[in-house]
Amino acid sequence: MAAVTLLEARGLTRHFDGLKAVDGVDFDLEEGEIHALIGPNGAGKTTFVSLLSGRIPVQSGTIRFAGRDITRTPAHARVRAGIAYTFQITQVYGALTVFDNVALAVQSRHSRRLAEDTTEALTRVGLEARADQIAGTLSYGHQRLLEVAMGLALKPKLLILDEPTQGLAQGEIETFKDIVRGVVPEATVLLIEHNMDVVMDLAHRITVLNFGEVLATGTPKTIRADKAVQAAYLGDPHAAA
Amino acid sequence: MKLDRALLLHLGLLAALLAFHFAAPAYHHTNIARIMVLAIYAMGYNIAFGYTGLLSLGHALFFGAGLYAAGLLAYHAEGTAGTGLIAGLAAGGLVAFALGLFALRTAGVAFMIVTLMFAQAGYLTVLYFGSYTRGDEGIVIPRAGRMLGSLDLSDDNTRYLVAFALFAAALLVNLWLARSPRGRIMVAMRENEERSRMLGYNPFTVKLAALTISGLYSGLSGAAYALMFGYAGASLASVQYSILPLLYVLLGGAGTVIGPFLGALLMFYLIDYASSVTDAHQFVTGAALVLLILFAPKGILGTLRERGLRWLP
Repeated sequence: MAAVTLLEARGLTRHFDGLKAVDGVDFDLEEGEIHALIGPNGAGKTTFVSLLSGRIPVQSGTIRFAGRDITRTPAHARVRAGIAYTFQITQVYGALTVFDNVALAVQSRHSRRLAEDTTEALTRVGLEARADQIAGTLSYGHQRLLEVAMGLALKPKLLILDEPTQGLAQGEIETFKDIVRGVVPEATVLLIEHNMDVVMDLAHRITVLNFGEVLATGTPKTIRADKAVQAAYLGDPHAAA
Repeated sequence: MKLDRALLLHLGLLAALLAFHFAAPAYHHTNIARIMVLAIYAMGYNIAFGYTGLLSLGHALFFGAGLYAAGLLAYHAEGTAGTGLIAGLAAGGLVAFALGLFALRTAGVAFMIVTLMFAQAGYLTVLYFGSYTRGDEGIVIPRAGRMLGSLDLSDDNTRYLVAFALFAAALLVNLWLARSPRGRIMVAMRENEERSRMLGYNPFTVKLAALTISGLYSGLSGAAYALMFGYAGASLASVQYSILPLLYVLLGGAGTVIGPFLGALLMFYLIDYASSVTDAHQFVTGAALVLLILFAPKGILGTLRERGLRWLP
């Protein structure tokens, strides 16, 4: 893996009325890796990626992305700079067609090949046959895939996936894993995930958050062996197997 | 734009309106001319409300800006209808843009209140400068100011055809916009602002552009109304004229291209008919609206689109 740093966060902090949701986090993403972010509920994972994507303003600390300081860049401009965020709770446009949902992502980067690029993104997640369907009538699993297709259609440098497999059936999870493997190394993936099988299977590196702080960072193997992580999160060392 | 059934439907409507010019009894002829001008206003309202989700209660400000731009030019500066229409268009767009800079910092109920207040301020401004605007009494626009080149807008036939030409242009631009990538972004902003932001769209600029386009339509309509019917008065900039396009759009179908015209047409004749049978004609329109909201909250064309006409833009 080329050890070029794509994103670099230093001392990232966000408190909510005394709750230290994210507290002085240093974090690096290498270009082309699949990086998983894990931690118990309330560890600050979603808040942390919201700081990266700009959905929540940073209280203190800095974020550099692709060599630029983006700490104060508004969310929509970060998307244009190459950070795509897919929502934890599915947020497709329920009243629009599947095609329009993805086309909105494609035209956001001023593509001249709107129809082709849209179909291409839909094909990557296997929804091309449903292009004319109203998105709100898709099954839950298909809506999750559509959400991922919208992220892919932005052609991001960094794709942030917030609990993408939540509520998916086992077969759908396999499809999803194949999709994510296909994204790298052109793009980098930051994955918040509770399903340890998915994490251990996909991630090149893992960062563990606990009470808003980084508990450990390393390969799946080192994380699995880490005593502090086991105590805080995995509880039972066999749970990760 | 490729020739498909949506385009054919809209061209069909225009053909019917043109044919009506030659067949219509005088009374309805004048009514339809007026309805077409008001429908331009309603289309503009629909671009902000129906497509982009901006529920404004202050569009009378943009309509009034166009109305008085044309009216004052003709009355005080010997302007003609050509300059009046252009001035009205520009005034509506500029006022909407300026208002948007402030009002779009708010959303939802706050946006409704802010737009309502600005429009009331505009209405009171018209009254305050009564020595120029003649306030409630209004300006009667001199014949010379109603000349569009060699076309006399006080003539019934000319008026209908000019109204038709403006309406046709407004309708086709609206259709093109609704089916363009820009139209898709506007709808996306209405459906889910946060999702749209995370697709890289700046909500503020998207809404400001939509409101400005809406203002251009409203201003053009206001100017055309003043020039074609020869009158610009404060009542046409009152809150009632902010509510009217909302009613037209709700009745015809928000977020449809023909909905504003259909709504204006039906509402106009409903009021016309109701006032011929009872003094309480406002009660009849009120009851019609209550029924509409109860049984077809998406309006006539919105309901049809839901029930199978999905291609309706």
